[in-house]
Amino acid sequence: MDTFTTLTGVAAPLHLVNVDTDMIIPKQYLKTIKRTGLGVGLFSEMRYMEDGSDNPDFVLNKPAYKGAPILIAGDNFGCGSSREHAPWALLDFGIRCVISTSFADIFYNNCFKNGILPIKVTPEQLAALFDDAARGANAKITVDLESQTITGPDGGSISFEVDAFRKHCLLNGLDDIGLTQVKADKIKSFEEKLAEERPWA
Amino acid sequence: MSTSAPRTLYDKIFDDHIIDRQEDGTCLLYIDRHLVHEVTSPQAFEGLRVAGRRVHAPSKTLAVVDHNVPTTDRRFGIDDPESRIQVETLAENAREFGVEYFNELDKRQGIVHVIGPEQGFTLPGTTIVCGDSHTSTHGAFGALAHGIGTSEVEHVLATQTLIQKKSKNMRVSVDGKLPDGVTAKDVTLAIIGATGTAGGTGYVIEYAGEVFRALSMEGRMTVCNMSIEGGARAGMVAPDETTYAYVKGRPRAPTGAAWDAARRYWDTLRSDEGAFFDKEIRLDGGSLPPIVSWGTSPEDVISVEGLVPDPDLIDDADKRDAKKRALAYMGLVAGTRITDIPVDKVFIGSCTNARIEDLRAAASIVRGYKVREGVSGMIVPGSGLVKLQAEAEGLDAIFKAAGFDWREPGCSMCLAMNADKLGPEERCASTSNRNFEGRQGFKGRTHLVSPAMAAAAAIAGHFVDVRTWPRAG
Repeated sequence: MDTFTTLTGVAAPLHLVNVDTDMIIPKQYLKTIKRTGLGVGLFSEMRYMEDGSDNPDFVLNKPAYKGAPILIAGDNFGCGSSREHAPWALLDFGIRCVISTSFADIFYNNCFKNGILPIKVTPEQLAALFDDAARGANAKITVDLESQTITGPDGGSISFEVDAFRKHCLLNGLDDIGLTQVKADKIKSFEEKLAEERPWA
Repeated sequence: MSTSAPRTLYDKIFDDHIIDRQEDGTCLLYIDRHLVHEVTSPQAFEGLRVAGRRVHAPSKTLAVVDHNVPTTDRRFGIDDPESRIQVETLAENAREFGVEYFNELDKRQGIVHVIGPEQGFTLPGTTIVCGDSHTSTHGAFGALAHGIGTSEVEHVLATQTLIQKKSKNMRVSVDGKLPDGVTAKDVTLAIIGATGTAGGTGYVIEYAGEVFRALSMEGRMTVCNMSIEGGARAGMVAPDETTYAYVKGRPRAPTGAAWDAARRYWDTLRSDEGAFFDKEIRLDGGSLPPIVSWGTSPEDVISVEGLVPDPDLIDDADKRDAKKRALAYMGLVAGTRITDIPVDKVFIGSCTNARIEDLRAAASIVRGYKVREGVSGMIVPGSGLVKLQAEAEGLDAIFKAAGFDWREPGCSMCLAMNADKLGPEERCASTSNRNFEGRQGFKGRTHLVSPAMAAAAAIAGHFVDVRTWPRAG
């Protein structure tokens, strides 16, 4: 997994609440057996016209937001299915940070496994960030995970919360499985105890 | 936490599976059961292969194809090349890593959340995960069950554990007695209507009260299944005699002395008197009507007696815009009577409502009637065993005589990954769980309802109140 330390760039504003994972990556893209190449399907039902050309009204197609590495969206981002194809599609498209007031649980979790930082802010902070983002390419923001701050184009700064363990893994690009396998002895003793106390399980 | 403090059902199961707890509260949790399907597992098996890892506990892992299989005759293979590759990949991975696998021709094949309970793989007091958000279904047995992403699927395959932080506790109590024609599906839709689609985020829900005690296991599964639609990680119902009666005798259920020992443990799995819940919701079951969703979020629900709501009455601008967008997408006008909304298609199936009891409920409405001309109705049993049971009871004959399509088991039009889907602007009464934009097909319009309500809509051609349905005997 790639590390996440700091990120500076344009933030694309997506003025929608309850953005679900079917919206982020529709089911026709789930037939892949790979993790890569999903960027083409990101938000496809909103991003493309019926003839397959780009929808000029969709935020990520607007010249000001081309290549934006940060997405700002309304409440409850990522609700719906557990498909990790959603963060894979974001990552493949080039988005490394999503900012919202709230995230669905499984999506939030999946982001951290893929080097994407989801940031929860207050509704007031979100409104301010939407205002900044409205200024397009002239308003880059900087996300610093180490200091847990978002710095706006005019120098104002917002601090955010992130779980210490997840932060550590993101900063260092750590593989969860490797970390868990260090505890192999503990897993083994748990299994021995389980075989004794709840053998049916 | 001292074990003498009163604990919730969730607290108890969580505590009993902690292998290790870090100072910040991050836990390593043991996973008793892992269900695997073809869509969210290929990348996980590939990850194991690349790292030279094996499956830690193959006997605690069960694989099945469901999302991507056609629901027509499968004896001659799968036409769609991408679907076929995904199905074949699961078969190969199961063989290579030594995991038991039900293929598309196995009579035990079916939707992963139907077959787990059916096989007795799902047991009370266990931790159960699957790369599928509707894993919350298994909480109906008093298990801690939830969906995970593919990276976590790989983690569980490799270590039989999951890195977890404890969620908060929520209790949803529904007392009273459900009126005739009002079902578990209506209860769960009413709950999500009350809490909102993010109301459960960060919580594990325990469903308590007379209504859940009186529900069958099928009904409890319907409710727990949709916990995720309210944002909750998991939903659960404490095990009781109804649970034990369902589990006993299933292929993988314990027997003999092991059954007795398991029962003694399962009997301890209820929330202690005075256990703390961070959030409590109460509904009166006796006053619940049949429910129909009108928008593009499972929180957009209303009584069958109601009218399509008016977004202009919402104060919050973002919410108002979202609901206006939903109405435009659904092609509905505020103030329309729900019973005046016509349907083009009816889908009875999915991990929410494709069990034998659901098919019985639908058949009891359909018996002696015909599907309305111009309406297309599809019944997709949750598993091969449900299909066989329904056929043994003659339910298939009732559906076929009415003009319904009787299909092979799978996820089908719930998520429309296979050929079963809505066309643009087609309107569907669906027993599934999500009415998101495009969920059942590009620009398709989904109304979530119970099996009885879906069946009645197929006959009438529009939504009707099943409480007043004239059964043809």
